[in-house]
Amino acid sequence: MNIVIIGGGKLGYTLTQQLAQEDHNIVVIDNKPEALAKFTNALDIISLQGNAVSVDVLREAGIATADLVIAVTSGDETNIICCLLARKLGAQYTVARIRNPEYSNSLYFIKDDLGLSLSVNPELEAATAMSRLIRFPSAMKIDFFAKGRVEIVEFKVNKDSRLIDMPLYELPKIYGVKLLVCAVQRGNEVFIPGGDFTLAEGDKVSITGSPQEIASFFQQIGILKKTIKTAMLIGGGKIGYYLAKLLLGSGIKVKIIEMDRERCLSLSESLPKAIIIHGDGSDQDILMEEGIDEVDAFVALTNFDEENVIMSMFAVSRQVDKVITKVNRQSFNDVLENIGLDSMISPRLVSANKIVRYVRALQNSWGSSVEAMTKIVNQQVEALEFRIREDCAFLGVPLKDIPLKPHVLIARILRGSQLIIPNGNDILCQGDNVIVITKESGFLEINDILNESYF
Amino acid sequence: MNYKMIFWVASRALRLEAVLLLVPLVIALAYQDGMTAAFLESIAVLLIGSSLFSWIKVKDQTIYAKDGFMTVALAWILISFFGALPFWFSGTFPSFIDCLFEAVSGFTTTGASILPTVEQLPPSILFWRCFIHWIGGMGVLVFMLSMVSLAEGRSIHLIRAEMTGPDVGKIVPKMKNTAKILYAIYLGMTVVEISLLVVGGMPLFDSVVHAMSTAGTGGFSMKNLSIGSYGDNYYLITVIGIFMMLFAMNFNLYYFLLVGQWKQIWKNEELRWFLLIIGFATVCITVDVAGLFPGWQEALAHSYFQVCSIISSTGFSTTDYNQWPTFAKTVLFLLMIIGACGGSTGGGIKVSRFIILMKKTAVEIMRLIHPRVVNVIKLNGKPVERETIHGVNTFFTCYMLLIFVGVFFISLNGFDFETNLSAVIACLGNVGPGFGVVGPMGSFAEFSGASKLLLSFYMLLGRLEIFPILLLVLPMFYRKK
Repeated sequence: MNIVIIGGGKLGYTLTQQLAQEDHNIVVIDNKPEALAKFTNALDIISLQGNAVSVDVLREAGIATADLVIAVTSGDETNIICCLLARKLGAQYTVARIRNPEYSNSLYFIKDDLGLSLSVNPELEAATAMSRLIRFPSAMKIDFFAKGRVEIVEFKVNKDSRLIDMPLYELPKIYGVKLLVCAVQRGNEVFIPGGDFTLAEGDKVSITGSPQEIASFFQQIGILKKTIKTAMLIGGGKIGYYLAKLLLGSGIKVKIIEMDRERCLSLSESLPKAIIIHGDGSDQDILMEEGIDEVDAFVALTNFDEENVIMSMFAVSRQVDKVITKVNRQSFNDVLENIGLDSMISPRLVSANKIVRYVRALQNSWGSSVEAMTKIVNQQVEALEFRIREDCAFLGVPLKDIPLKPHVLIARILRGSQLIIPNGNDILCQGDNVIVITKESGFLEINDILNESYF
Repeated sequence: MNYKMIFWVASRALRLEAVLLLVPLVIALAYQDGMTAAFLESIAVLLIGSSLFSWIKVKDQTIYAKDGFMTVALAWILISFFGALPFWFSGTFPSFIDCLFEAVSGFTTTGASILPTVEQLPPSILFWRCFIHWIGGMGVLVFMLSMVSLAEGRSIHLIRAEMTGPDVGKIVPKMKNTAKILYAIYLGMTVVEISLLVVGGMPLFDSVVHAMSTAGTGGFSMKNLSIGSYGDNYYLITVIGIFMMLFAMNFNLYYFLLVGQWKQIWKNEELRWFLLIIGFATVCITVDVAGLFPGWQEALAHSYFQVCSIISSTGFSTTDYNQWPTFAKTVLFLLMIIGACGGSTGGGIKVSRFIILMKKTAVEIMRLIHPRVVNVIKLNGKPVERETIHGVNTFFTCYMLLIFVGVFFISLNGFDFETNLSAVIACLGNVGPGFGVVGPMGSFAEFSGASKLLLSFYMLLGRLEIFPILLLVLPMFYRKK
């Protein structure tokens, strides 16, 4: 694909590095020649010096023939303007880094005019990744698709599990949770199960649902024995705020230690359920006083990599179950892993990964009306995203009445900013996006999921 | 320094040269000129030579700027050395130093010869002389990169060291595609020139040989009198004159032409200055030499041809310009120093470097009046990076120093001043013929062996734009920090 990347900062570099390995034609635009020198010296790409908000510069970068434009400058507004211009000049898809939550919240509103296919907030992505690490024990496999909005968790049905021989339609009734079983792997075979499918011992079951529902389900069936109930966050910046919100949402008690008094006040205002401590997290006494020995998870989120690493080492030495370290630089990861810091999250890398995943999904769906395609469950199942347009043959029909092909499942409906886990009574409206999970491949448009006899 | 990678690339370049030698081998077979054995022996030696390195297993392909310089310098020295073998095995050259001089002169597209006459040479050797012009013009490693991907995205360091001009860049994101496009344009233009020459009545073999020589802005001819041997055929003179000018322009411009980005061509300052210099020099010389020709049209045609030949660093001649008046010769001498455009196959200091130097000088003079003035130097409508300006300054200084040192040693041969100075500048600028003894009708045969080696070294310095070769011989390049 022809990709134009705007912004040669840290994220831009990581992203270019990963995409350049996948045989894309990449043009990087930045207005600082020093930033670009690093790109041209180390990567097989072309760089262009100039202000990307200028139409001339974009034209010179070949925007008209670009399949994808990724704007990752430090300014949200610049990124949005670049994407707007790029669309107007003929670029197919656009991706922007948008940090300000107020912008991203109102984005879905103008998404179509902007032609923005994906927006990335590095702090939010990092917080999401951290919350995943805390919520699920590492033994469980987590997979994401649909631009990272939907997560799929895989677990194994044990010998004495109560789930054996239980038909799937009874799950919600018994456990009172709204879950969807996407795929069941039995031996080498994969099933996309219907409601009367029954589970057996040894099945690997992939489910999707909201984080809280999944957690409660796992507790009930006894998979999550040692759950993390308390977390201590050092540093109450943007990531801290997002992470606290996510953790509180799934019922985990959060304690934030923050040095800046003003910030503490505003945090306590916006996160009334969290305990906010005003103090220096790198002070051993404060950590002991606030009970580092009692917490289940410890997250070091200050702006200094060195402080984060030292604090995490201390937490490891105090036998905290889950220690997560935020790092900005990636240079010494191997060394740090050797001393027991295995959960390192870099906001930049997490965001770059998200965009790279999206680019791959885009490439998979090239030439069809599929918006994105991701392979999940050992590459055996496809998760496809379709946009519902007026030519959809089953607008307004309840899902239970739609004659789907075997091994096809509608896993999610995305309506505006809402994610719906559908049941039989839900209907599709024009403008929705749906995620279809299927074992078959080669679906090119939404009507392909129907059984032929419907027509 | 990644020595494994450096030697591995160099050995691949030698293997490529072995493949390229198949072309003159075919010519030798077709003309039955008795050179088959010479080429077969050269191929054999090359294969043995390159297989000495073939045990190298490159695990880490990462190269940095210094590795790029080293690779290119080493590859060029080895290629020139092995490229001299066909001359040596042919038995038509007096000594191995002469063969080496001829091969270096070929690959670096200088076109300076140690042979006073060439018509006695077999066709396949004549072909090989001009074929290496063609390969050396655009670059051996560029040729390699158009076929294989090397150095995992860091191949820009190889291209920077091999291509000419103060600021080498890609035209499309992928190095491999950039190299392919450049060679496609190069090949296309060569083919056009061959057809135009054939149309003008030049025999096919002569057309191919001269077109390759023009394309690389080399200057080897298969005739003793160079292009002059075709008589006053003004069609041929004009065609070759125009193509020498075209091959001395930045090849990126042809890409812009192909994709319809007219604005980029229009904005190109270097091109404007280049054309202006050619126009001005042609007018000056035409006026000066008008008396030597039957009419002003003839004077114009010969002047234009000679101006293009010298500024593009080709070195063809239609007439013995050594006999021209001093003013005309001086203008040609100045053109020799200026040279072609960056990103072309031509040599010399390059027009773009002169533009940057002039602008920088203007800024510095302005600074004398307004000590706090802030000024951005722009080229082609874009700010020139500080590193580029420093690079140009250093380049110019080195170029001048090399001329001083060169003239000092070459003077020991006992020729007149004109010969000494023009021989050094013609070799360093990859022009070929100079004035006096080394004029268009003369040769470098009379120089001592040591001088020939020094001049060969200068040709390599000039072709790779000094730094790669200079760094190769400087001890601080190897010193462990």
